[in-house]
Amino acid sequence: MNDMLTDTNALANADAPSAVTSYDGAAAQLFRKVGKQKVTAEVATKRMAWVAELYAVRDNKDRAAFAELFGHFAPRVKSFLMKSGASPDLAEECTQEVMATLWNKAHLFDPTKASVSTWIFTIARNRKIDLLRKQRRPEPEDLPWGPEAEPEAADAMGLQQETEQLGRALATLPEEQRRLIERAYFGELSHSEIAAETGLPLGTIKSRIRLALDRLRHAMK
Amino acid sequence: MTEMSKIKHHLTGPLLMGYAAGTLPEAFNLVVATHISMCDSCRAALAEYDAVGGEVMMSGAPVAVAEDALNATLALIDRGVVEEAPAKKTAGGIFPAPLQSYVNGDLESVKWRKVGGGVSQMILKTSDEASVRLLRIPAGTAVPDHGHHGTELTLVLQGAFVDESDRFAAGDVEVANEDMNHTPVAEAGLDCICLAATDAPLRFNGLMPRLAQKFMNI
Ligand SMILES: [Zn+2]
Repeated sequence: MNDMLTDTNALANADAPSAVTSYDGAAAQLFRKVGKQKVTAEVATKRMAWVAELYAVRDNKDRAAFAELFGHFAPRVKSFLMKSGASPDLAEECTQEVMATLWNKAHLFDPTKASVSTWIFTIARNRKIDLLRKQRRPEPEDLPWGPEAEPEAADAMGLQQETEQLGRALATLPEEQRRLIERAYFGELSHSEIAAETGLPLGTIKSRIRLALDRLRHAMK
Repeated sequence: MTEMSKIKHHLTGPLLMGYAAGTLPEAFNLVVATHISMCDSCRAALAEYDAVGGEVMMSGAPVAVAEDALNATLALIDRGVVEEAPAKKTAGGIFPAPLQSYVNGDLESVKWRKVGGGVSQMILKTSDEASVRLLRIPAGTAVPDHGHHGTELTLVLQGAFVDESDRFAAGDVEVANEDMNHTPVAEAGLDCICLAATDAPLRFNGLMPRLAQKFMNI
C-alpha cells in the first residue's frame, strides 16, 4: 500500500499534484501495475496524470478532475481552432463542445492507443471538419475482434512516453521545419504541398501499435 | 475481409498526415478511411500522425477561454446538449463500414450505371472539392488510357488490376499524380471493383475515350 502511494505520488507530481492520489478504480490499478514495471516513468509523468484525471471523469464523474483537464487543454484547443480559421467566438463555442465530448466519450479513451493530448486533438479536429468545413468525416471501422481486455499498464506507459518524446522532438526541430508541420495541421498547406519528410523521428508509436494489433490478431486465432 | 497481410500498396505519408490534420477533401478521406479499415500498417501509421497533431496543438500558445467557459461546458454536459456519437460499427461483407455508410449497404446495394466499355460506376455524394466513385471493371477489360490533372487514389475492393507500374489486388491503393499515364487492365477471374477518388477531371487520350469521358462524367 505504501509502495503504491509512493508510485502514485511520483507519477502525479508534475502537473496535477492534488489530482491523482484520491482517485480509485482503474487509475489506481493502472498505477499499481506500472509500479511493478521497469519502465522509466519520468518523461511520462504528466501524461499519466492526465490519464488518471480522465479515468476519474469516466469512473466517478469527477468535476475537479474535469476542471484540471479543462484548464490545461481548453485554451490549447481554442488556439488550434483559431489557427485553423475559426473566429474567436466560434472557436470558444467549439472548444466547449469538444470538452463536453471528452466528458461524454471518456469511456472510449484507451491509453495504450493514444495520449490524452492526441485523443483531444482528434475530437477537436473532427469538430473542426464538421463546423468549419461542413463535411462528413468518414472514420475507419472498428477492429473486428470486439472490445479488448483491460489495457496493459506497461503498454500505456510506453505509449505516453513515446508521445512525450515526439512532442519534445517537435519542439527541437529547426524553426522552418516546425512551421511547415504546423501549417499542414492548420490547413494552410494543400495535400499536394505536404512534404513526406517531416524531420520527426516517426516510427516508434507506429511500431508499438502495430505490435499490439499483431498480438490481438494472434490472440483471436 | 480479404487476407490483409497481402496488402502491398499503401497510403503515402502526406495522405495520412492530411487525413490526421483533417484537411483532405471528403472524397479522399473516404478512400483513406476505407483503406485503413483493411490495413493494420496504415492504421498504426495514422495513430502516429494523430499524435503529431496532438503535439502541434499542445505546442501552440494557449488562448484564454471565456471566464465562464468551464461552467458553461458543465452546463452543456448536464443538459446533454452534446450528443455522444454512436460507436463505429464493424461491417460484414466486402465493403468496410465507412464505405457502406456512403453506399447505404454492401456490394449488392450499389446502383451501377453503365458508362461504356463494359465499365459501370456509381458516384458517391461528397463535398465538391473532389469526387469519388465506385468502378466495376469486368475481368479482362482495360480502362481507357488516361492521364491525370490532380491526384487520383484508386483502392481495390475486389479482384485485381495490372498497369504499367504493378499489380493491385484487394486492399491495395494506387496513388497517381499528374505525370502518370496508365492503362489499368482488370485481371481474369472476378470483376475488379475499385473505389476511386480524384480532385480533377480525368483526361483521356484519343477520340473514343474522350467521347466516353463526356458520357461517363469521369
Ligand atoms: Zn496500408
